[in-house]
Amino acid sequence: MKNALGSVDSVLLLGGRSEIGLAIVERLVRDGARRVVLAARGEAEEAAVRLKNLGAEVCLLDFDAARPETHGEVIDSAVEFAGDLDVVVAAFGVLGDQASYEADPVSAARSMAVNLGGHVSAGLFAARRLREQGHGALVVFSSVAGVRVRRANFVYGAAKAGLDGFAQGLGDALHGSGARVMVVRPGFVVGRMTEGMPPAPMATTPGAVADATVRGLRDGSETVWVPGKLRPIFTLMRALPRSVWRRMPR
Amino acid sequence: MTFLTGWGRTAPTPATLVTPRTSELAALVTGALPRGLIARGLGRAYGDAAQNAGGVVVDVAGMEARWSIDPGTGVVTASAGMSMHDLMTALVPKGWFVPVTPGTRHVTLGGAVAADVHGKNHHVDSSFGAHLRSLTLITADGTSRTLTPEDDLFWATVGGMGLTGLITEASFACVPIETSRMRVDVERTRDLDHTLELMTATDDGYRYTVAWIDLLARGSRMGRSVLTRGDHARRDELPPGADALAFAPASRLAAPPWAPNGLLNRLTVRAFNEAWYAKSRERTIVQDLAPFFHPLDFVDGWNRVYGSRGFVQYQFVVPSGEEATLRRIVSRLSERGVVSFLTVLKRFGAGTPGMLSFPLPGWTLALDIPAGQAGLAGLLREFDEWVAGAGGRIYLAKDARMRAELLPAMYPRLPEWRKIRESVDPEGVFRSDLARRLSL
Repeated sequence: MKNALGSVDSVLLLGGRSEIGLAIVERLVRDGARRVVLAARGEAEEAAVRLKNLGAEVCLLDFDAARPETHGEVIDSAVEFAGDLDVVVAAFGVLGDQASYEADPVSAARSMAVNLGGHVSAGLFAARRLREQGHGALVVFSSVAGVRVRRANFVYGAAKAGLDGFAQGLGDALHGSGARVMVVRPGFVVGRMTEGMPPAPMATTPGAVADATVRGLRDGSETVWVPGKLRPIFTLMRALPRSVWRRMPR
Repeated sequence: MTFLTGWGRTAPTPATLVTPRTSELAALVTGALPRGLIARGLGRAYGDAAQNAGGVVVDVAGMEARWSIDPGTGVVTASAGMSMHDLMTALVPKGWFVPVTPGTRHVTLGGAVAADVHGKNHHVDSSFGAHLRSLTLITADGTSRTLTPEDDLFWATVGGMGLTGLITEASFACVPIETSRMRVDVERTRDLDHTLELMTATDDGYRYTVAWIDLLARGSRMGRSVLTRGDHARRDELPPGADALAFAPASRLAAPPWAPNGLLNRLTVRAFNEAWYAKSRERTIVQDLAPFFHPLDFVDGWNRVYGSRGFVQYQFVVPSGEEATLRRIVSRLSERGVVSFLTVLKRFGAGTPGMLSFPLPGWTLALDIPAGQAGLAGLLREFDEWVAGAGGRIYLAKDARMRAELLPAMYPRLPEWRKIRESVDPEGVFRSDLARRLSL
């Protein structure tokens, strides 16, 4: 249960190797969380060891975002281990490269299946559980790329735009149930996912995103922008004419 | 679904709130899974003891009230939903007083048993459980059992936070009184050591004692206090013609429906503390029961003054001989300038056999702290460690933020309690947010 001062006991990370996701879990564990489920495709042992050293009990589960038919089982297994899920962080996703997507449309569709489709099934299964237990927060990672989709990365951006809308709708559906959805909209994050790419203006880091997310969970925020100044900036960006917007270099 | 919080107004969760008839309770209990059920009285536990996210919460205070007294012995039998206020209103004019009252009259009898509440007379009379003669409990299988102090389940229920079953009735011994007034001595102390010294040396001369500490006083004045100590006044201490057993406390003020966060800050609390300390000159007075025992009941909904973020009450006890831990905590609070409106120190006497009962012989300190204060979580966690290390504990009826790990150290009889609970409620029908949070 989230306590009076905002600390939680249990957390499920979907995308158990995500840099941002693990940074969030680490902070929650330092703040008192003791039951952690890392649901990942492939090895998350190293992260598990680190979290155990911080005092958490850790359970590893197989999770493939592209196989929605398995997502219900993942949530059930997480509940079996952790009991009530105080926080579910959906941090899985692929960035990919716009030019490659245009060259290989099938790969573009597959990225959509992960970045949007996977979140729809995992999010709905998680939300069902949170509603039953009457408390808990689902953290969904949108992106400024989805706030207004740019020509330079519109496959990824479209998935994020869809995800952002989905998460807001899901949050509204959960309204009054005690459970909630928090949408996090980071800007460009300098990390493993963007390795080798030159950082965009107002770039942030996985640690900063995690700090802002944990603060948002504590305060009960519905939407978190990282950095915060992206919020007013994107209010302006959304008003730019198409003729200007399509020339955005990236 | 109704969103519920404790008195501290933090961490709301929704539950199905029901006010059943007594005859409906058995069916309600047996049908309560998967999310279970917990009883709720008047919601004065500060944290999440009477919340059950996604489950059922039974509004015991709303159920029918019954009571009777054996005029020969003063043993009262009453339904669990009756409040101390109801009981006092009924009993005081007849010359009886409840054996133990907490700092508010607005707790139910069931809640008083489940938290094994204590009052200003703990050093002499122990806690509520010590005065109980029997209990009626509906257990997870739906059966109603009458328990006496010979039963293990009785002492798992006294202080058991409602997790062994639903208390429907209790019998307890009252104390005879000649008047509804208190003869009270007020005294001030210079600092914490002076407070402890005075309480140790002279507390036993009074049935009821408590110290209010000015936590914002620093340096040589750290821990300066106002001691109020009293006894039930005798008939001959009242002016002739007075109605000796009159009892009609009214709450004369209501807190505003909304207050800004941060209204109680270092500045306002310091001003209040200064004024309170200054006005508490040494004197002896005769006052009514209510202002002596329940000064805060004077203001309805005083918890709203803390604003929307609410507050936590931190109450711990350390055994006698561990005054150093108490001193360490008070000096850390004072040096950090933690804002606590109303900090209360009390010397405890013997505890009850309640397995999860809070009191043990020693010192208890209770602080009310606005939940928004920076660094609060870490500070209180540090205190938890010190308290557990000293062989002390945190009061579950007040807790809203502790972690499960320290619980076995604080409550060494926890395994025994768990075993009994497991035998009467193997599936965990009786559950609360507190139980989930602390893996009780």
